[in-house]
Amino acid sequence: MTIAAAPDLATTLADHRAHGRKLLVPYVTGGMDDQWLVTVEALAGAGADAIEIGLPFSDPMIDGPTVQAASLAALERGTTPAGVLADLGRISPGVPLVVMTYYNLVIRTGHRRMASSLAASGVTGAIVPDLPLEEVGPWADAADAAGVATVLLVAPSTPDERMAAIVERCRGFVYTVGRMGVTGEQRQLAGTALDVAARVKAATSLPVCVGIGISDADQARQVCEVADGVIVGSALVRRLLEGGGVEAAVDFIGGIRRAIDAG
Amino acid sequence: MTAAEGGAAPAIMGDPGAAGRFGEFGGRFVPESLVPACMELEAAFRAAWADPAFRDELSSTLASYGGRPTPVTECPRLSAELGVRVLLKREDLAHTGSHKINNVVGQALLARRMGKTRLVAETGAGQHGVATATAAARYGMACVVYMGEVDTARQALNVFRMELLGAEVRPVTSGSRTLKDAVNEALRDWVATVEDTHYCLGSVMGPHPYPWIVRELQRVVGDEAREQCRVLLGGADPDVVVACVGGGSNAAGTFAGFADATTSALVGVEAAGGAAMANGIPGVLHGMRSNLMQDEAGQILEAESISAGLDYPGIGPEHAHLAAVGRARYETATDAEVLDAFQLLSRTEGIIPALESAHALAWVVRAARAGDDMVRPGATVLITLSGRGDKDVAQVRELLA
Repeated sequence: MTIAAAPDLATTLADHRAHGRKLLVPYVTGGMDDQWLVTVEALAGAGADAIEIGLPFSDPMIDGPTVQAASLAALERGTTPAGVLADLGRISPGVPLVVMTYYNLVIRTGHRRMASSLAASGVTGAIVPDLPLEEVGPWADAADAAGVATVLLVAPSTPDERMAAIVERCRGFVYTVGRMGVTGEQRQLAGTALDVAARVKAATSLPVCVGIGISDADQARQVCEVADGVIVGSALVRRLLEGGGVEAAVDFIGGIRRAIDAG
Repeated sequence: MTAAEGGAAPAIMGDPGAAGRFGEFGGRFVPESLVPACMELEAAFRAAWADPAFRDELSSTLASYGGRPTPVTECPRLSAELGVRVLLKREDLAHTGSHKINNVVGQALLARRMGKTRLVAETGAGQHGVATATAAARYGMACVVYMGEVDTARQALNVFRMELLGAEVRPVTSGSRTLKDAVNEALRDWVATVEDTHYCLGSVMGPHPYPWIVRELQRVVGDEAREQCRVLLGGADPDVVVACVGGGSNAAGTFAGFADATTSALVGVEAAGGAAMANGIPGVLHGMRSNLMQDEAGQILEAESISAGLDYPGIGPEHAHLAAVGRARYETATDAEVLDAFQLLSRTEGIIPALESAHALAWVVRAARAGDDMVRPGATVLITLSGRGDKDVAQVRELLA
């Protein structure tokens, strides 16, 4: 059996955007339940342009209660970074894969070894949120060498001059933090989301995706009026934690797909 | 080790620069949302620390409100028992019963200067939480303290103290429900509230500039102690300077008075169950690169000891650096040794130490009895008694029953 490697993150997102398609990036915590890999494959068919996979860490500082719970569940199931990557290497999702993890797991594995493990598993992007611009050099160099895009964060608090330096070093897409806070759902879109998206759009030609706080199809549609796409994490992970399974995940992400396509 | 005289040699405990580096340790590993806040804090502290008016207000507040200077106490009966001359720097006599007041008064004044109206803090044993609540009350600021649920049970009286002082204590139920998780929650709070909130971090840890700010605010302990020792020792310095280390703020403050100015040996004592120097390896947690207790995949391990205040799987980055360059040595003490030392000091000198501080004492007792090179008969040993033991008496009573 041949397994087709997942397509490249940077070129795929740029290509989709060039065709006028808004970008949808769902997030799933790797190893959170025994169906997670099936969920990832199903999300690809439900309209995802790329899928973000969390490598669970014991101290997920930028994550709210939902992703914390998923990380804990994954760790209690004995999930390791190497195990998640080995699993990803066994599927052909048909869409790019990008991992999100914390820097200590990268250090423990080793920069070059982590970068080449990602590449070997078909992962072509990495988000390491506790690596800001000043500290990202050693990882970004290793990731570049392995063909893994270093996705950096821009926040509502980021001044313009700093934003310019961040997007310069950023690859794949710019992870635009929609609100000042940790990951988690909210009833209404934060006012900061559209402001920061517009600022980042003006600063870069990279695709601009907004994450943190995007909770439903309507919020995703609003964000996509300004940004190139959205990242949806907690709202999806909650449905999985509640036992909704693959069906609920596909339903939810499919609904967001339709909403952003309809514009 | 020579003192940094003449300005040629860089200070061993100097300014960590814009990158916040202590050798290969330290740094600022936080999500982008918090980077501007850390930069703003660094700029504000640099300006305040260079401002004589700020320094004067801090000093006079620590004198009239905080009870400084704290004395150095000779311990004749303990000294006779151990065969070494033991001096104690009495942070247990500072307001709120520990060295924590030095840091929180400084940070509260800094927060006020920055226009912040709310303080958040993490706490383990409750000492830093009580101190932060105290400073918040003194300056009329709102205060939220994150405390691991396990610790709220171990230190129920301190929870009540914080509430009496007007603070809200939020029990942390994530992760191991101890100090490291309280730090995570405080950081999460700060990301969302940074406009009006100052994170009053309690130790020489976290992202730059915290390890540096807290060390500078605690160096009053070491600066005072050195002068007091010179008076007591006829112009000489102690042979050995010892302090307990969780994150390591009382040790950093103490060592700052001696690292560059003297050739005194410096010893930090960790809890055997939370020994980031003995059992940890370098990594990144809570915004800093330092030694961390972690498993093969890089997941952070839980620290476990008799003292909630030392239950931290990491250590301040400057301590990792001081060990790397050989200027300080890091040892451990077991729970059993700590209980013995706790009773020994109580019985011989009429001073009940905090369990945290008893770690420093426990190592001195072991080293003196074992004839450790550093603690030879007749040596002079300064121990920073970081806090008083009232908070621990009930726990020790149960442990000894």
